[in-house]
Amino acid sequence: MVAVNDVMLDVQHLSMRFGGLTAIDDLSFIARRGDITALIGPNGAGKTTVFNCLTGFYRPSVGKLEFTQASGRKFLLERMPDFRIARDAKVIRTFQNIRLFTGMSVLENLVVAQHLRLTRASGYAVAGLLHLATYRKAERRAVEHARYWLDRIGLTTAADLAAGNLPYGSQRRLEIARAMCAGPELLCLDEPAAGLNPRESDELSDLLLDIRREHDISVLLIEHDMSVVMQISDHVVVLDHGACIADGAPAEVRADPAVISAYLGTAEEDAAAMQQGRQG
Amino acid sequence: MTRVADRQAPPAASLAHLVRDAGLAALVAALLAVPLLGFRLNVSAQGLSLEYRLPWILYAAAAVFAGRLLLSLAARSLWPQVRQRSRGFGARFPSNTNVIVGWVLIGGALVLPWLPFADPRFLSVATLVLIYVMLGWGLNIVVGLAGLLDLGYVAFYAIGAYSFALLSMNFGLSFWICLPLAGILGAFFGILLGFPVLRLRGDYLAIVTLGFGEIIRVILLNWQAVTNGPDGITDIPRPTLFGLSFESPFRGPLHGTGFADFLGVPYSPMQWMFFIYYLILLLALGTTLFAQRMRRLPTGRAWEALREDEIACKSLGMNPVTVKLSAFAIGASFAGLAGCFFAARQGFISPESFTFIESATILAIVVLGGMGSQIGIVLAAMLLVGLPEWFRNLAEYRMIAFGGAMVLIMIWRPGGLLSRRDPTVTLGEGPAESMRPAPAAESPR
Repeated sequence: MVAVNDVMLDVQHLSMRFGGLTAIDDLSFIARRGDITALIGPNGAGKTTVFNCLTGFYRPSVGKLEFTQASGRKFLLERMPDFRIARDAKVIRTFQNIRLFTGMSVLENLVVAQHLRLTRASGYAVAGLLHLATYRKAERRAVEHARYWLDRIGLTTAADLAAGNLPYGSQRRLEIARAMCAGPELLCLDEPAAGLNPRESDELSDLLLDIRREHDISVLLIEHDMSVVMQISDHVVVLDHGACIADGAPAEVRADPAVISAYLGTAEEDAAAMQQGRQG
Repeated sequence: MTRVADRQAPPAASLAHLVRDAGLAALVAALLAVPLLGFRLNVSAQGLSLEYRLPWILYAAAAVFAGRLLLSLAARSLWPQVRQRSRGFGARFPSNTNVIVGWVLIGGALVLPWLPFADPRFLSVATLVLIYVMLGWGLNIVVGLAGLLDLGYVAFYAIGAYSFALLSMNFGLSFWICLPLAGILGAFFGILLGFPVLRLRGDYLAIVTLGFGEIIRVILLNWQAVTNGPDGITDIPRPTLFGLSFESPFRGPLHGTGFADFLGVPYSPMQWMFFIYYLILLLALGTTLFAQRMRRLPTGRAWEALREDEIACKSLGMNPVTVKLSAFAIGASFAGLAGCFFAARQGFISPESFTFIESATILAIVVLGGMGSQIGIVLAAMLLVGLPEWFRNLAEYRMIAFGGAMVLIMIWRPGGLLSRRDPTVTLGEGPAESMRPAPAAESPR
């Protein structure tokens, strides 16, 4: 076991260009094991692009994305196809616009997420077709695991309903539970609090803190809701126009004039003046 | 997604609006009637003469006006009830009704040949329906579960049929050896088709599979040396039952023992009819059993997850390549088995049996039956294959009836006759509901 707080994700000189548009420009940051790292920035700053590079949906133009598992195994994410990043490196993501299997039941969504383990247990469908006891046991275990997460997100009674018919906030929680059922080492959440009311955001913060505490899982978070970010994150990386403008603890970042100017669109000196005014 | 698309009933239109609407329809009818009904070419001894039939145009316009008006009046008073009824239709069947109906259908199919009205013609239609049921169940894996719109399914059917015909004619292999071989060959070609289309979805996939179906047909048509081209392959040997032959003893000396001789009963062509009927019933039931069980396995769940959202599948670590290829291969292998049976039953095959219209019929069976519904597919196969065969003397109206049925079903039951999806695994802690899978054509690319 590697010591806690070692570097889990090391992003070095990441650049992503789409034709003439540079979405990410020479971005470097690290995320430590056991931390909740937040990636913030104004709209269009390139946060989701960073996620897409990390999870293999985009291939970065330049850069190295080194991911180290707790076991010490290293992966170079920029060289792996998307599904292998999830399968082998165990970096599991959620989506800004929720992507549930809407026509399937809530429980099925969570069982599908345990696909890898179950496929192996079903002997690549052979043992399953023969209805062998080993597969039946594996499936029961998968359902129990799903049930644990349903209890956690408060959707146990909705287990047999279509996932697409759930209210929005429940869909958000279900997507996180589904990602957890896939057994992540690093959980990447793309705006999990978007569209949630204040009470739901608080519940989400609690859920994320619990996940981190009880399951040894590190979280990388894109978020606009500053109350959530400031409340739960250990480390904040601020992006603007594809570049990192601030990197540090939440309180430091909040006081950084560059961050304020990026968010408020004011000139540097105004921001500095504002900062002075606040302190004075 | 709601269970039935929430379409608003049309606003209760005023009478004047309906009359205007009917008038417009009548105008269109009149314009169409001018070239269609307005002239008549008379052939007489004096040569050709043109007759003008002005009244006919007026009759046509009047008929359309009245019909349209009556229809919209009826719709105005009945529409809410109709929507209500169709909305509740799927929900009224609890899931064990499906099981009961399934067993009743199986029982019915088992005793069917013994019923008094089961003459050779009836049995032959029943056998044909069962072939399409099997094909429908096979295609349902690809289209209904995995959501991959396949318009070239008949190609695998053809591959199965030709593989049996060629292997038995050239190498003397028996039906029972060729049957698994046909399945394997079907799966092989399924994977072969699968590879180039991995990145495609929806309409694009449909076009490529359509092309694949045509390629296979054209190869069969032109590879004279092997397939005998358009003349097809004749005198394909009939399958035997544990070595007992069903050949007619009147056609020449039998190879081996005849089934009738073995039982000591007189020969009758009905024995052969019974045999192939039960054979296809067995094959079809095997298909649905396999598909039903597969759906509850991780592979089957992965197919459905892929249909729902491919990107989410990838984000959970599923390899879409293997998921798609397994769906293509398994779907195609059932078509191969059905094709093998088809060749054995007909004793004659030619590329003519494997045209696009077959693919379209099978797809129509799957879509009309309701994606993913095994019983719906049986009903749709009876409707689309059984009825036209039965009413062969009304053949010229077949396409009208076919199109009419399609339009009506798509209006009233856009998800198919029986479109409901039971979860593959339940917790049983709260209320359950059946789901509607997204139609293949609408799935995101």
